[in-house]
Amino acid sequence: MVTKLPKTDVVTVGVGWTGGIIAAEASKAGLKVVGLERGENRGTANFAMKHDELRYALRGELMQDLSRETLTFRNNSDQRALPMRQYGSFMLGNGVGGAGTHWNGMTDRYNPYDFEIKSKTIERYGESKIADGLLIQDWGITYDEMEPYYTKFEKMAGISADETPLRGERSEPFPNPALKHGPELDLFKEATKKMGLDPFTMPAANNSQQYTNPDGQTLASCQMNGFCERFGCEYGAKASPNVTVIPAALKTGNFDLRPNSEVIEVLHEGGKATGVIYVDTRTGEKFEQPADIVAITSYTFNNNRLLLNSKLGTPYNPETGKGTIGKNYCYQVIVGTDGFFDDRKFNTAIGSGGLGATLDNFNADNFDHTDVDFIHGGAIIMNQSGKRPIDNNQVPPGTPRWGKEFKEQSLKYYNRMVNVHTYGATLPHVDNYLDLDPTYKDVHGNPLLRMTFDFSETDRKRGKFLNDKTKEIMLEMGATHVSENESVEHYDITKYQATHNTGGVIMGADPETSAVNNYLQMWEADNVFVVGGSAYPHQSGYNATHTLGALAYRASEGIIKFSKEGGKLA
Amino acid sequence: MSTNDEKQLDANGSSRRKFLRNSGIAAGGVVVGGTLGGLLGFNDKGEQESTATATKETQSAQQHDQALEYFNNRADFDLLGQATERIFPEDENGPGAIGLGVPYYIDHQLAGKWGINAKDYRQGPFFEGELNQGYQSQLKYHQIYDLGIEAIEKYSQATFNEGFTALDGEKQDEVLVAFENDEVDIPGIKSSFFFNILRQSTLEGAYSDPLYGGNKDMQGWKMKEYPGVQMSYSDEQVASKEFIEIKPASLHNTHN
Repeated sequence: MVTKLPKTDVVTVGVGWTGGIIAAEASKAGLKVVGLERGENRGTANFAMKHDELRYALRGELMQDLSRETLTFRNNSDQRALPMRQYGSFMLGNGVGGAGTHWNGMTDRYNPYDFEIKSKTIERYGESKIADGLLIQDWGITYDEMEPYYTKFEKMAGISADETPLRGERSEPFPNPALKHGPELDLFKEATKKMGLDPFTMPAANNSQQYTNPDGQTLASCQMNGFCERFGCEYGAKASPNVTVIPAALKTGNFDLRPNSEVIEVLHEGGKATGVIYVDTRTGEKFEQPADIVAITSYTFNNNRLLLNSKLGTPYNPETGKGTIGKNYCYQVIVGTDGFFDDRKFNTAIGSGGLGATLDNFNADNFDHTDVDFIHGGAIIMNQSGKRPIDNNQVPPGTPRWGKEFKEQSLKYYNRMVNVHTYGATLPHVDNYLDLDPTYKDVHGNPLLRMTFDFSETDRKRGKFLNDKTKEIMLEMGATHVSENESVEHYDITKYQATHNTGGVIMGADPETSAVNNYLQMWEADNVFVVGGSAYPHQSGYNATHTLGALAYRASEGIIKFSKEGGKLA
Repeated sequence: MSTNDEKQLDANGSSRRKFLRNSGIAAGGVVVGGTLGGLLGFNDKGEQESTATATKETQSAQQHDQALEYFNNRADFDLLGQATERIFPEDENGPGAIGLGVPYYIDHQLAGKWGINAKDYRQGPFFEGELNQGYQSQLKYHQIYDLGIEAIEKYSQATFNEGFTALDGEKQDEVLVAFENDEVDIPGIKSSFFFNILRQSTLEGAYSDPLYGGNKDMQGWKMKEYPGVQMSYSDEQVASKEFIEIKPASLHNTHN
């Protein structure tokens, strides 16, 4: 029994950053928007008791309940994929605000090189520079075309930063000055400047001062207490959909936010979506929500799974290379060096999620790749995010993992250890993709998504190169002991790396090799917009959120245009 | 120290004796002062009289949460306590796992939703898989603890002809190393898997908010110079070139 509801102009599947931005922009333009979010409603009032590492950071209080739905994983097509039964490598958001509620706040624009990676690589190094099996392609949009959307996201969120050397040109300064930082970031900046590099304070969505954005929403000033990643902000000082775009959408009177509403199918016929089917997660009741435009705005995995389970779009076939849904799944190469300082002591609990110093000298194509056998690179980063005590028990190499010596050293170095790491790019490979699992099902009996992924040879080389750089920097900083080299071998889903999963519904200029155009409008169904990290043709060497925010502004523009004119926008 | 603490002490007395013996702190029955003064409350029955004054002076509310929610066998609980104490032992920095209440923390966790893997994906079929595919066992955490504790006892008996709690610290370490190195058979899981959970739970109990039964009196945080639940840091604190000592606070402070 499915209850059919009155038709709306736009329905969003998920209400996080991308759903929230589309809801705000479309409802301000006068469109009626229904936002379906499978998790509960929540806001700043729910985060006053958040200073609890166990409940939030380790037990994933704000995360998706894996007993209802997870995904399966294998390194390659010859293995049996098995369910990710508990969290490890990444955390999946759930609830109003999505992962945007509990992100750290690091807000990087992608590099101009990223958007035209294939053309620019061939132009500088020739076609042979692209290793066999890599599926890199241009994004169908340039940095200059993206720039206004990046600026729009920054003004909405109140990003705090001063300058960003070696990144794309900016049309406007940042809305807020950089956050204040501790002496450990000075140490990083001084050492890397001495090495001839160009460090700067990372742009952060944790506001350095009270700020009122163009929508009229006021964000508080960051209190630097360090509970950002995996936590909601109790001050409304970290930009999240909950304190920015969602209230802006609600204020118009055109936005109907429905939490506890899990979309299980996109209805379509003849290349047009007609609406979605969703389940009230509390009562089990099913509803049909008809809509003129369907915006699929959940996390990368769910965007892919919903399309595949709805049989919308052509699934990618790794044997033939044909089809697009599930193609170019990417992650990130994360390696780094811990430095232990016998003569320095820092207040490592003080910090803010997005606070850090970074440099781009080894990112994108900012350095000559002629003599290395990989392309792209990664940002080198030192965070001051607030170290949590259960998760941080690092000890110098050679120290036992437990017992008297472990205890002594882990206590001694808690405030004497800092880390320099990289968010390295991962480039799409023909062997890495997403499809439906033939065996495992979710709570509704629908197939889980299956991830087939491993780092490719060039990812490993990039990882080693970047790891060496982090070690050189740490030694220049004067660490007494440094951790052993981290190697990138096979992707491991059990160890936390980053919630930066991308691809599968990628954007581009060619319907043969991409699923959506540069408005994130589906080539195979022009009233469906698939918005999120799922649209990235590759994963760059930066934090992933800013680009999906910018793309959501671009998609909003497309949705408003489509509502008036219809047809293919690109 | 409350009388409740003394009772806990009695239960773990053998561990206390061993600690004092191994560390050489109790030479000729004289217990030194300083940080270790706080340990007096944990003394053996014979020394209770000498701690009476200190007990009255530091009288605090009874810790009613120091009772068992999950374990129904005192011997299992004592074995668990001693195993955690080897992982995170009492030393000159301060209390070990037992003094921090870690065994109670683990007991309470096993009785709750973590103990029954409530938020994990639990549907079959179950296959062993590769290590990097993660946890694939049918066993829930509370069952893993049951089997692990049983295996520790069995391995101790088989190797040393004595139960785990009767072994000295060095031999207890040998047992744990065997688990860490996958040298012990546990039905359904690798022994290293159990050991890693035990180690992780011990650290959680040492450093999670005291509301969960461990990190007693925030002593885990104090040893680590971690300030706990602070609502705000000033610009001066943020930018300070020198390390600033900050008195820790817990969720209890913000809630009450």
